[in-house]
Amino acid sequence: MPDQVLFAMEVMLNGLMAGVMYALVALGFVLIYKASGIFNYSQGVMALFAALTLVGIQQGQVPFAHLINAVFGTEIHHFGWHLPAIVAIILTIGVMIGLAILIEHFVLKHLVNQEPIILFMATIGLAYFLEGVGDLMWGSDIKKMDVGLPQGLSEFIDTTTYNWFGYGFFIDRLDIAATIIAAILVAGLVAFSQYTKQGRALRAVADDHQAALSVGISLQFIWVLVWSIAGFVALVAGIMWGTKSGVQFSLSLIALKALPVLMLGGFTSIPGAIVGGLIIGVGEKLFEFMIGPLVGGATENWFAYVLALLFLVFRPQGLFGEKIIERV
Amino acid sequence: MKKLTALALMGALASGPALADLVFPDLSYRTGPYAAGGIPFSDGYQDYFALVNARDGGIGGAQARVIECETGYNTEKGVECYEATKGEGALVYQPLSTGITYQLIPKVTADGIPLHTMGYGRTSAANGKVFSHVFNYPANYWDAASVAIRYLLSENGDSLDGKKIVLLYHNSAYGKEPIRTLEELSKKYGFDLTTIAVDHPGQEQKSQWLQIRRERPDYVVMWGWGVMNQVAVQEAANIRFPMENFIGNWWAGAEHDVTPAGEAANGYKALNMNKVGDLPVFADIKTHVHDAGMAAGDGSNLGSVLYTRGMYAAMLAVEAAKTAQELHGTADITAAQMRDGMEALEMTAAKMEALGMAGIGPEFSVSCENHGGSGMGIVQQWDASAKVWVPLTDFIAPEDDVTGPLVIEDSEAFAAENNIAARCE
Repeated sequence: MPDQVLFAMEVMLNGLMAGVMYALVALGFVLIYKASGIFNYSQGVMALFAALTLVGIQQGQVPFAHLINAVFGTEIHHFGWHLPAIVAIILTIGVMIGLAILIEHFVLKHLVNQEPIILFMATIGLAYFLEGVGDLMWGSDIKKMDVGLPQGLSEFIDTTTYNWFGYGFFIDRLDIAATIIAAILVAGLVAFSQYTKQGRALRAVADDHQAALSVGISLQFIWVLVWSIAGFVALVAGIMWGTKSGVQFSLSLIALKALPVLMLGGFTSIPGAIVGGLIIGVGEKLFEFMIGPLVGGATENWFAYVLALLFLVFRPQGLFGEKIIERV
Repeated sequence: MKKLTALALMGALASGPALADLVFPDLSYRTGPYAAGGIPFSDGYQDYFALVNARDGGIGGAQARVIECETGYNTEKGVECYEATKGEGALVYQPLSTGITYQLIPKVTADGIPLHTMGYGRTSAANGKVFSHVFNYPANYWDAASVAIRYLLSENGDSLDGKKIVLLYHNSAYGKEPIRTLEELSKKYGFDLTTIAVDHPGQEQKSQWLQIRRERPDYVVMWGWGVMNQVAVQEAANIRFPMENFIGNWWAGAEHDVTPAGEAANGYKALNMNKVGDLPVFADIKTHVHDAGMAAGDGSNLGSVLYTRGMYAAMLAVEAAKTAQELHGTADITAAQMRDGMEALEMTAAKMEALGMAGIGPEFSVSCENHGGSGMGIVQQWDASAKVWVPLTDFIAPEDDVTGPLVIEDSEAFAAENNIAARCE
């Protein structure tokens, strides 16, 4: 097989894997938008906050240590423990649930029946607030995410493809792990929404707020639930991206990678987020491979949006989004 | 003569009215995606002024006052910070951002306030004939590119003929700076140069590293900043690119650039314009600043690469202020006098040793024509197990015969566009 074809196949596979990473971020947006019609601007910062909290708890970092030391003149920084990853993850999930309760209590509750743009603005405020609190709690250092995920070249794929084609494909083991985790996550979310009482309530609210409320479903509970699940998804995305780049404040910018995925896949579809992620991932990587060298490279950021816009021309609601028909 | 001037200055101070503070704005970024680099630099910058105040009683008897303004590495905010602080009597600006630098060049020139962009900013500002108020000593980007190639030459028996070198760069004005120099050097030495861009912020570099894996270059030279650095080091490890053949510039060579990759980053190399090590001045900072509760940060960055660089930048500002005081016979210097001091600055080994910073930077002198210093840099290597940068070389000089004409060409084009008459004649 010609080298260029093999290279293109390798690029395509890596694009699929990158797409899964984008989809992980997009999922959090979809969950909240589907259940409450809110475009949660703070989803990227939630991923950052979750990752910071996870590393902080795991490494025994005292939250707000700098503030405490500055106010009381103390010199405390660490509790002196290093927790197993699973314990730290469970505790971080607890923190994200606590955060969901606080967001519902202090932000969302006061904005019931407001225009979507007001709720959107509130999430912008939330994003900046969380970024500041994250900084104050855990500091601005770049931290190593160490939850035991594999990283680096997959020997198996390298050797197998070499035996088949005479060229070993590079696939990052972290991307393989991300794909498996994303599959489990989506299966879990689907099972939760189909087979549990809370999941059905969530779908009812997503379908029709008023009708759901009239049969006694608590909007307050649903909001806490959906923000908790989005917090969990943010934690998963934070772990994956944090392992890739270290846990640092630019993690919040991963939201930029999710936007074209949402535009393409639709804001209300979980499968849309996954398929959208895969199309964006493959599309941008192949474009960079084939056209990038001709136009100076670094095409991925803008091409993802161009691709999403192209889809929007033919399907304004996105691939899997709900078609909105308003009769006047 | 200098002693007499100093004595006269002290006499004048003893009998004169109370001195105003010498104002040094610190356009820092302690928040946002680039905070990990901005914080240690700002800590070092501010701590050194605090040290000079506490230990030496200020600069020539006048207290230094640092006004910190948060830019978030955002160009618009940086310009706002400049406008908000220049009226305080600012003596010199060091924005630590090439984007902000480009916006400030016409402003500082019109306002008569010097701008010091140490190892960043507009490279051709080294030509003092055109850029009267901009200084980029001790080195600039084109020097860095040349130093990297000279190092590689020394590693390859003075020949890079037929070698493949990839420049992996941040797709911004900053990242594109070395391309022209490297193109000239590739013609001169016969190496094959491939440039690969990474878009801001650089969290996703799979395409770029797959290309590097396919092309199998002998060396990768990186012009990165922020998260791009950490991801690049990790991706290089992922594709098993030999770390000793991967060289970052001096904005891709701090501790936080390599620690997230852990042991995999071992052997990665980077340029540096300032040596790191256990300098005696750190003990003074610990005693007079940190233990006295006056540290700009939490004290944890003391001695790190970017803390040392921030401190070095502050030291150069203080030494220029001292030079200005000597030149003009007053401690209460203005921005215009500070500019004169910067233009007459001379950094000798003896001076750096006396300041407790022996060998921190190369010896250099600034003149009306040369605002760029010597352009020298070192190569350092990361030891992941000891978690320290180990200097591999002494200061390496750039090839002025390559970079010099480029500086002249670019600065003269700028002068023609802006109707600037040449100075120093």
